[in-house]
Amino acid sequence: MRIKDSLTAIIVVAICLVWAFVDARAAQQGIDSALRLMTPLLLACLAGLYSERAGVFDIGLEGKMLMAAFTAASAAYLTGSAWLGLLAGIAGALALSLSLVHGLASITFRGNQLIAGVAINFLASGLTVLVGQNAFGLGGRTPSLSGAGRFNPIDLPFAETLSGVPVIGPIYSGLISGQTILVYVAFAMVPLTWWVLFRTRFGLRLRAVGENPASVDTAGVSVTRLRYAAVAICGVLTGIAGAYLATGLSAGFVKEMTAGRGFIALAALIFAKWKPWQALFATFLFGLLEAIANLYPNLDLGIVVVPSMFMNALPYILTVIILAGFVGRAIPPRAGGEPYVKER
Amino acid sequence: MTAAGEMTGGRSDAAAPAAIELRGISKAFGPVQANRNINLRVPKGTIHGIIGENGAGKSTLMSILYGFYRPDAGEILVNGQPIAITDSQTAIRAGIGMVFQHFKLVQNFTVLENVILGAEDGALLRPSLSKARGVLKQLAQEYQLNVDPDERIEELSVGHQQRVEILKALYRQADILILDEPTGVLTPAEADHLFRILEGLRDEGKTIILITHKLREIMDITDNVSVMRRGEMVASVKTAETDPEELAELMVGRKVLLNVEKAPATPTKPVLQVEGLRMIDDDGVERLRGIDLQIRAGEILGLAGVSGNGQTQLLEILGGYPPKGSKVEGTVTMNGAPLPLSGRGCDAASRRRAGMGHIPEDRQVEGLIMDFAAWENVAFGWQDAPEFNRGWLMDNAAIRSDAADKMERFDVRPRNPNLAARNFSGGNQQKIVVAREIERNPDLLLIGQPTRGVDIGAIEFIHKRIVELRDAGKAILLVSVELDEILSLSDRVAVMFDGRIMGERDPASTTTGELGLLMAGVTDTKNTPDDQGIPPEHAHVDGLPQEPR
Repeated sequence: MRIKDSLTAIIVVAICLVWAFVDARAAQQGIDSALRLMTPLLLACLAGLYSERAGVFDIGLEGKMLMAAFTAASAAYLTGSAWLGLLAGIAGALALSLSLVHGLASITFRGNQLIAGVAINFLASGLTVLVGQNAFGLGGRTPSLSGAGRFNPIDLPFAETLSGVPVIGPIYSGLISGQTILVYVAFAMVPLTWWVLFRTRFGLRLRAVGENPASVDTAGVSVTRLRYAAVAICGVLTGIAGAYLATGLSAGFVKEMTAGRGFIALAALIFAKWKPWQALFATFLFGLLEAIANLYPNLDLGIVVVPSMFMNALPYILTVIILAGFVGRAIPPRAGGEPYVKER
Repeated sequence: MTAAGEMTGGRSDAAAPAAIELRGISKAFGPVQANRNINLRVPKGTIHGIIGENGAGKSTLMSILYGFYRPDAGEILVNGQPIAITDSQTAIRAGIGMVFQHFKLVQNFTVLENVILGAEDGALLRPSLSKARGVLKQLAQEYQLNVDPDERIEELSVGHQQRVEILKALYRQADILILDEPTGVLTPAEADHLFRILEGLRDEGKTIILITHKLREIMDITDNVSVMRRGEMVASVKTAETDPEELAELMVGRKVLLNVEKAPATPTKPVLQVEGLRMIDDDGVERLRGIDLQIRAGEILGLAGVSGNGQTQLLEILGGYPPKGSKVEGTVTMNGAPLPLSGRGCDAASRRRAGMGHIPEDRQVEGLIMDFAAWENVAFGWQDAPEFNRGWLMDNAAIRSDAADKMERFDVRPRNPNLAARNFSGGNQQKIVVAREIERNPDLLLIGQPTRGVDIGAIEFIHKRIVELRDAGKAILLVSVELDEILSLSDRVAVMFDGRIMGERDPASTTTGELGLLMAGVTDTKNTPDDQGIPPEHAHVDGLPQEPR
């Protein structure tokens, strides 16, 4: 990897190191929280990566996640099982991805992908509250989850034993161990995605279909099928992301609980130049910002006190900066956003 | 001339089944009959040319062969076996490979990745990649198809990209190779190399179908040729038994003058004087490196060169719209008065007022507004002219009748001024632009690629009008990548390479071989060979600057 490509990684690691040097305890707490906060971002970002690499731009990540969070929370409450909640979340996001709006509209009917995405966002935003109010009568919320209805932290082996060891102890026991299973899933998705994209036939075709679908079509491979596959993977990943939001990070669904995470994930995707490893560090950066804002609501810099509103706005400010193109040229997949029409 | 189907190839046995046989193929798109009852027999091991004007149905026919479309009626036989080609996969399995006019390559993939795409051996890439590497090496040796397998497509010249397309087909073990207008983007040397590759493939027993509208290519390389006109196959003949005039007549349906008839030029005073023109674009690349040109009244200066060597920038600067962010130096004078090269007064409208006409290279982007009606397009640039205005309102009726007149004189078909520019064929779109510019009787006419994508009948017409303008004592700068066009129209030929004028030649005494060397940046043309024979050491010139695709 070239220096330029690993810039985000270097920045993120530098922030962590400086923080650990200044205040180790707070750093451990903060990074631990960052890992949890970045998980839905990372999953959504990878979801977008599959979709956009295949040439389907997806601004509906937000809506898919929101829908998944709702279906996951509802199912987990009704069945008392977080795992069934996860399945319901995946089903919810998949439904939106494939049949309802995105796939059908933008692949089969060659509609405008952005408009389809906006429709998903509106639909999810309205439908979750409507159905939630109708079913539970809590003003769009779902009842709080507890016990097996949530994904709970898992202690990795030897976490207890190693906790006393310097450096390794805090990192292994404090950060790596004690996360929910979905956090591990999200992180495992990064190398898996890289491997799928760059080492398998499916990945080669997926990337090709996002760059020049005609090349795939003339090679006798179905553009439609590939794009549906990509959008389906996108649905599964946003489903996991939403389920994590409602059953891992929080204990139930709250109206608009995604809070723009889908859009932040999109910004991170651009920041990461549509590459899996860079997506990891880009979303980590956002997670860190969010964690810092939570940890230091009113950051006292000695001369001035940074107000909490500003701290909370940090991830969104970074999003604006990224989207305004201040991070250098990011070249999206060339056929992105364009429905494929065979030409004569 | 023999009827289609009875003909046998130059090199094959008459009794052997044809590589491809089409029987009664028809295909309609809505009301448009693109192919009507097509019969075609392509013997094994031959190079078969298919020639016809734009819209004659050549591409549709080949798309049917490659499984892009299903024919409405008819039968396809490959090696004597009837086959239903339902999709590209079937075509590939039947041994048909296609090299499209617009390459179907993934720009940021390597050559190797492009070659295996869709023809991978398993779910993992590694074995396929290493197998393909070996196969490519072998093919490179066999057919002079050398390409670095690890280079990204975007780094390759157009000629090399085309080789990748051929390699793709050969990797899929194609026995029948279809090439659609393969030389449109190549230098003469590259085209020559391509033809040698094709001959090599034929000698190995492969069958090649070459779709083109260039008669010279048909004569040079094919064994047999079939002519299409308006969706029908009008003739199939042995190439050796025909000549360009006959083919042109078959294509158009009437006699065509291939060579422009013109009297020797009688140039008078200089009209355009360009001295030391330099241009650095916004990426800091020097696109023009000191251009000196002079064009006199009553002559046509032809500017030859492979596209992407600065011709576009030269035309844009002369036309009054230098590329954004560029720095321009040097002087340009017209009729003795200097033309501003930047800032105030450097715009297309001022140039028009100074007596300059401009037929831009890309008519669909610079010459026309595709969604506007023909009558509006005919008025562009002159919308402020007094005869088109009544007070502060446009006089639409006057513009319409003016457009109708011009369309009549330039034989634009259909003769409907209310039709959007988009709905005219390429040749008729170009006629609209040419009519607009020539009818204003400019002192200097800049012409970029006047006949790109234009039918042979319209080419003849446009060429005649250009010569008429010259004979009326006007100065003309003709920029074209078609050497034949340059040679037949120009009174003097200048060759551009990498932002420089490499030299000037007299079209009567030069050869395409000599010009080809100049176009490739070789200045020493003392010992030039005769017309066709470009010496092998020069035949393949790497690193030609190319327009980014």
